Amino acid sequence: MAVKAAPRRGGASGLRRGEAAAGWLFTAPVIAILGVFLLIPVLMALWVSVSDWAGRGSPLSGSVSFVGADNFAAVLGDGGLATKDFGTALRNNTWYVLLVVPLQTALALFLAVLVNRAMLRGRGFFRTAYYFPSVTSTVAITVLWTFLFTASGAVNDVLSWFGINGPNWFNDPRGILHLALGTIGVDTGPASLTEGGALGVSWWEWLAGPSVAMSAYILMAVFTTSGTFMLIFLAGLQNLGADVDEAAMMDGANGWQRFWRITLPQLRPTLFTVLTLGLIGCWQVFDQIYTGTRGAPSKTTLTPAYLSYQTAFQNQEWGQGAAIAFILFVIIVVFTLLQRWVLRDRPVSKRRIRAYESPSKGASS
Amino acid sequence: MTRHTTRAVFGTGAVLLAGALVLTGCGSGFAGDDQKDDAEGLTSSDDALTLLIGSSGDAETAAVQSAVDDWSAESGTDVKVQVASNLDQELSQGFAAGEPADLFYLSADQASGYASNGSLQAYGDQLSNKDDFYPSLVENFTVDDTFICAPKDFSTLALVINSRMWADAGLTDADLPKSWDDLATVAQKLTTPEHVGLAFGAEYQRVGVFMAEAGGGLVQDGKAIADDPANVEALDYVKAHLADGTFAYAKDVGAGWGGEALGKESAAMVIEGNWITGALSNDYSSLEYTVAELPEGPGGKGTLQFTNCWGMAADSPNQQAALDLVEYLTSADSQLAFSEAFGPMPSIKSAASDWTAANETLKPFLAGAEYAQFPPNQAGSADVIADFNSQLESLKTADPKTILDSVQSNLEAVVE
Repeated sequence: MAVKAAPRRGGASGLRRGEAAAGWLFTAPVIAILGVFLLIPVLMALWVSVSDWAGRGSPLSGSVSFVGADNFAAVLGDGGLATKDFGTALRNNTWYVLLVVPLQTALALFLAVLVNRAMLRGRGFFRTAYYFPSVTSTVAITVLWTFLFTASGAVNDVLSWFGINGPNWFNDPRGILHLALGTIGVDTGPASLTEGGALGVSWWEWLAGPSVAMSAYILMAVFTTSGTFMLIFLAGLQNLGADVDEAAMMDGANGWQRFWRITLPQLRPTLFTVLTLGLIGCWQVFDQIYTGTRGAPSKTTLTPAYLSYQTAFQNQEWGQGAAIAFILFVIIVVFTLLQRWVLRDRPVSKRRIRAYESPSKGASS
Repeated sequence: MTRHTTRAVFGTGAVLLAGALVLTGCGSGFAGDDQKDDAEGLTSSDDALTLLIGSSGDAETAAVQSAVDDWSAESGTDVKVQVASNLDQELSQGFAAGEPADLFYLSADQASGYASNGSLQAYGDQLSNKDDFYPSLVENFTVDDTFICAPKDFSTLALVINSRMWADAGLTDADLPKSWDDLATVAQKLTTPEHVGLAFGAEYQRVGVFMAEAGGGLVQDGKAIADDPANVEALDYVKAHLADGTFAYAKDVGAGWGGEALGKESAAMVIEGNWITGALSNDYSSLEYTVAELPEGPGGKGTLQFTNCWGMAADSPNQQAALDLVEYLTSADSQLAFSEAFGPMPSIKSAASDWTAANETLKPFLAGAEYAQFPPNQAGSADVIADFNSQLESLKTADPKTILDSVQSNLEAVVE
């Protein structure tokens, strides 16, 4: 574009002279809307996070003063209740991310590969069925989930057929790793884990795993989001040419090899999209918690997003609430960059190249 | 390229500038309204009033609306009643926008937070019926020696008993528990494979009655006393009976709260407040129950009280009229009508005899007003209690002393 435009700039035609102005005119509504509803609120929140605004009147009024990093210090450093709550919320959400992201990605890919097969009968039905939870409101599904997972609910009924006495799901604060360790007789952690800790939570508590209540949310997240990501994978799969696959088939690769060596590497951009969206969505989990347990039992379903809301609106600690939101923002950005780095295109290793006898360039796309 | 960058910078700058203008434009409206302040420091004008309530249901909304309409007709000032779906959030939004409702329901644990950021107009001392309120309620809404707002009503906890199970276990009125030992004995007799003897929520707001009865509590004379030996004794008592299966947390018998446990007959006795009467008559109308005072512990009688007040906004342009409306709404007639409509007890002593006459069986609740403690009302204490509650959930396996020590250190951080 720039090359083509260069000669015209000096030209006398003036045919495109008004284009830039028109461009701004057409984008102005969106810029204005994004500015008023996104940029300015974000900047104001940033200001609130470093101010002592207490929730009355405008945060920009003269009576509000700058307090530097005090709010961030209260959340991250001083070891009081605010720090402990944030540590607990971070612990809960880390486990949530750690389990939900891989599970939902794997399940979505699996479903996409299934419904992508040309031979499948009733493909349309399955595609719709898998996608359905994604278009249903989170609130409705949360309510459904709280019914399914009550002490005497359907899930525990099914478990009882197999002789399993199901837990009181949404009221059970025990961490599943602690439960697993309990079965082999380990009930308290070694002193090295129980004494040290970060953010007011001992290492032993960090390693508790998601609580039983949180596990129910994890199952729910996998259930609801796999459909969306299946759709993205499906689009990615349909973009792949059949020729590469056929070439591999001619080379004698079986289905399993073709999936891992041919299909999956080509899906890397899609995989990146899915993992990024999954990661962001998981760190922002709020509506399930707000509608469902509100952090109970024993704060094991507290998440930073819900804690931010609670700190600001219920406890009137607006600065701390905004600070938590910005810490969450940093966490999401860091994880996304990290994941981008992990999934970057690497040059093919020498060992790999040797495996292919052809002299053609081996770098994958 | 340069041209584009310059434009982009200009464009962003323009948006920011416009945004800043919009914001400052908003900002100027907050402070400068001209109201006359009268001698008592209250504003007065001809503005209509807005009342923001967190209603428990249609009955409450209708009762408040009808009381307000009567006052409106008398005083000539228009009042709009707004029902909040999320009271905390809507209040916060109002204060932040500088246009809060003039009067609103305000819970005791929120009062000090809003008072400290200057959102509230303290008017307690200007109430003409100030001396009629129960002293413990006045104390509940006193922050830094200032009586902030008028308690609109209150509730206390008592023992609510399933009469049929009581009789089936061969118990009579003479067996109503007077002491912790009595309570343990009757709970034992009332425990069957189908139901537990006594159930209550896994929270300080219920378990706290045992702490009060043991002579403990959380805050006394402005000092945190959570690690008091009396509290340890109370939690030890509760823990022992949770362990032997005669007491249980409501959620452990598959109920959301005590009322549900009683209604579903999964508990023979529950510790609940007077709001339980409405819930039982709505959902479990065939259930027969008896209300009794909670037993005495080693420290004497004890219960907890819960109350809301009529908060008044500092930014309200017509506080004089609002004060008048509060006096009307807290009068004996209004409060008795409210009580009949949705259950809470009147916050004034002069309405007690009429209320007792109308609610003979509920008398134990009112009796609690004499000795009730209230949850700490210092700013930030709600968080401490939330943390306490999260630890109480695992009381069965935890060490009471450890729990109380952590509550003590959290509480000391908010109580001076």
